[in-house]
Amino acid sequence: MKRNLYSRLILIVVLLALAIGVDSVNIVRVSNPFNGETIFSRDVTPRLGLDLRGGLQVILEADLPETSEITAEQMDVARSIIENRTNALGVAENSIQVAGERRLVGEFPGLEDADSILSTIQQTGLLEFVDFGSTFINPGTVVTTDYGGNTEVAEGEVLYHTIMNGAELLTVGVTTDQINQTGVSFDLNDEGRAIFADYTTNHTGEFLGIVLDKQVISAPRVKDPITEGRGTISGNFTIESANALAVQLRYGSLPVPLKVVDTRYIGATLGEDSLQKSLIAGVVGMLAVIIFMSLFYRMPGIVAVLSILIYGALAFAIFKWIPVTLTLPGIAGFLLSTGSALDANILLFERMKEEIRSGLTLGNALDKGWTRAWSSIRDSNVATLITSAILFWFGSTFGATIVKGFSLTLALGVVISLFTAIVVTRTLLALFIIWFKPTNLKRWFGI
Amino acid sequence: MNIIGKRYLFFALSLLIILPGLVILANWAIQDNLPLSVDFTGGSQLEVVFENGNPQPADIVRLYNDLDVGDVLVQTTDKGSLLIKSGFVDNDKRDEILSALEAEFGGPVSVLRLESVGPSIGSQVTSRAAIAVGVAALAVVIFITVTFRGIQHAFRYGICAIIAMLHDVAIVFSAAAIGHIVFGWEMDSLFLTALLTVIGFSVQDKIVVFDRIRENSLILRRLDFETLVNHSIVQTLQRSINTQLMTVEFLLLALALMGGVTLREFCIILFVGLLSGTYSSIFIAAPILVLWEKKEWKTWFRRKEAAI
Repeated sequence: MKRNLYSRLILIVVLLALAIGVDSVNIVRVSNPFNGETIFSRDVTPRLGLDLRGGLQVILEADLPETSEITAEQMDVARSIIENRTNALGVAENSIQVAGERRLVGEFPGLEDADSILSTIQQTGLLEFVDFGSTFINPGTVVTTDYGGNTEVAEGEVLYHTIMNGAELLTVGVTTDQINQTGVSFDLNDEGRAIFADYTTNHTGEFLGIVLDKQVISAPRVKDPITEGRGTISGNFTIESANALAVQLRYGSLPVPLKVVDTRYIGATLGEDSLQKSLIAGVVGMLAVIIFMSLFYRMPGIVAVLSILIYGALAFAIFKWIPVTLTLPGIAGFLLSTGSALDANILLFERMKEEIRSGLTLGNALDKGWTRAWSSIRDSNVATLITSAILFWFGSTFGATIVKGFSLTLALGVVISLFTAIVVTRTLLALFIIWFKPTNLKRWFGI
Repeated sequence: MNIIGKRYLFFALSLLIILPGLVILANWAIQDNLPLSVDFTGGSQLEVVFENGNPQPADIVRLYNDLDVGDVLVQTTDKGSLLIKSGFVDNDKRDEILSALEAEFGGPVSVLRLESVGPSIGSQVTSRAAIAVGVAALAVVIFITVTFRGIQHAFRYGICAIIAMLHDVAIVFSAAAIGHIVFGWEMDSLFLTALLTVIGFSVQDKIVVFDRIRENSLILRRLDFETLVNHSIVQTLQRSINTQLMTVEFLLLALALMGGVTLREFCIILFVGLLSGTYSSIFIAAPILVLWEKKEWKTWFRRKEAAI
C-alpha cells in the first residue's frame, strides 16, 4: 500500500514537472544530446481567440462590376463557404459576417501570416473538366472555356469546351500513391458519372484538362474509359496545396468572386482594460476559494488546493499542446470543469467526515469515504461528458463556434479533473495522513 | 429539517420568479421585439480617425448611449484608427454621432468607412444549439435510467433532472428579461455561453443529489420514500453549500464586482443560473420525485399524510 502511494507520488511529480515545462515555454524542443540535432519540436504558444486577443480583420468585396446584381442569398452562401474553408484550414474561432450588400468581413484570431489564408479564401474554387482534344497544355497555363455560356475569346486563343464542373463532385480527399505523389481523389455523383463515362469512352487517347479558376492544374491523357465515376487529380502538389484544393472543392465554389479590399489588425473585442480587470478579479476570487477551503476543511482543504493547482497546470499544458484556441466560452467551459474538480474534492471530504464521525480510523475513513463518494463523482462527470460530446459534435458539424469552444474545454477539463480526483487528491491525502499522523481531529480536520 | 414537506412552497416560489419574466419575454417575442444584441441582429460598423489622438473607449460608449445607440464595442486597429461596432446607425444618426464626437473630444474626426454588418451568430446557429441541447438532454435521461437501474423507477430520475434543468433555463431567461428592464441588458453571444454553462452544471448537480437517494434507498429499504428523499437531501446539503456558494459563487461574485464592465452581465447571469442549478436540485428535482411517487396529481396536488 505504502509503496503504491510513493509510486503514485512519483507519477504526479513527473506529470506536474512536464506540465510546468510545457506551461512555461512557447516551443517544446527535444534535441539529441550527442549531436544537438532536433529530434522533436512543437509550437505550444497559447492560442487566444478574437475576443481575448484580437487578430486579423479582412474585408472582402464581390469582384464584379458595380452594376451587376448580387443577391443577399449569394452573399450568404459565400459567407458560409468561406467559414467552412477557413475552419477546415485549422483557423479556429473565426467569424465571418456579411457587411452591406457586396462585402464580407472576416475576423481571424491571432493570425500572423495573412497570405496563407487569403489565397484560399479568395479562390473562387471553380473546378472544370475541359476537353483539350489532342493538344497537351502545360499546367499553369490560363485558358478560356465556354463555361456558363461564355463565347468571348481573345484573338488567337482557343475557346475550350467544359464537360462538367466541380458541382458534380460527391466526395473529395487527399491521397498519396505508391511513388509518394500527392493527389486529390474524388467521387462523382450519378450525373457526373454518366457524363464522365460518356466522355472518356468517346475520347480515349485525348487530353482531359483539369482546370481550377481558369488555370490548368493537370492534363492527363485518357487511357481507358472511366465508368465507375472515380478519379484522382495529380499535379505538382505538396500535402498542403493538395489539402487546400480539397478544401475548396469540398465546400463548393463561391457564387461570386471575391477580392480583398483591406486587411488590418484589431484589438480584443472584449477590450484590454476589461480583460485586465477581470484577470485580477479572477485571482482575488481564487484566493478567496483557497482561504475558504483551508479554513473549512483544514488539512484536506490544503490538499484540495494543491490538487486544483496541479489540475490547472495540467489543463493549461494540454490546452497549449493540442492546441485549443481559448475564447471566453472556452474559459467558461474550463471554469465549469474546475468547479466539478472542486466538487469531487468536497464530495470526498464530506463523506470522509461522516466516516470519521462514525469512529473509523483516518486511513479507513479515507478509503471508505472514497468508495462512497466515487459513484456520484463518476456518474455526474460522465453525464457532463455525454453532454459536452453531443454539444461538440453539433458545434463542429453546424459551425456554431461558441458551442464548440465551450464543449471542448469542458470535456477536456472534466477528464483531467477526474484524473486529479482519482489520483492526486487521494494519494496526497493518504500520504499526509501517514506523514503527519494527525491526532487532534478538530485542528486537522475541523471536526 | 423537513424540506420535502414544504415542497409546494418552493414550487410557488420558483413560479413567482419564472412566470413574470417568461410572460414579459413571450410578449416581446410576439411583438418581434426581443432584446437581442448585434450578435444576433447585426448592426453598424464605423471606422474613424481622431486627428488629436484617440479618446478612451469607455467615453465613446457613454456618448453613443447618450444618443440612444446601444451595443457599443470599441476596438483599436494597428493603423491607429478606432473601430466602433454598435446597433444600427443611419446617415442622420452618423452625422449626429460625428458632431458629438468632435464636440466632446475636440479636433476633426475623419470617417474611414461606415457600413452595416450582418449578425455574427446566424439564426441557424441558435436553433441548432437548441437542438443540440435537446439531444443532449435525451442522452442524459437515457444515461441516468441506465445508471440508476438498480433502484425502482430509474426513468423518473432522468425526467426529474431534465425538468429541473428546464427550470434553471427558465430562471436564466427570466433574469435576462428583468435585467433588460432594469439595466437595459441585451441577449448576446455571452448569454448563450452562460446558458450552456448553466445547463451543464445543472445536470451534474442533480446526479450528485440523486446518487445519495440511490445509495440510501438500497440501505434504508423500510423507510417511507418522502422521508428517505428528505434525509438524502439533508445529508448532501453541506456539500451543496460548500461547492456552490463558497467556491463557484465566490469566483463569480469577485468577477462581477471587480471585473471588467464587458463581462459583468455575463457573470451576473451565470451567478443567478448556477445558484438556481443548486437550488433546483434540492427544492425542485427531489420534491418532484416524491410528488411522482405519491401521484399527487390524482389528489389535485394535495399532500397525502405519510402513513406511519
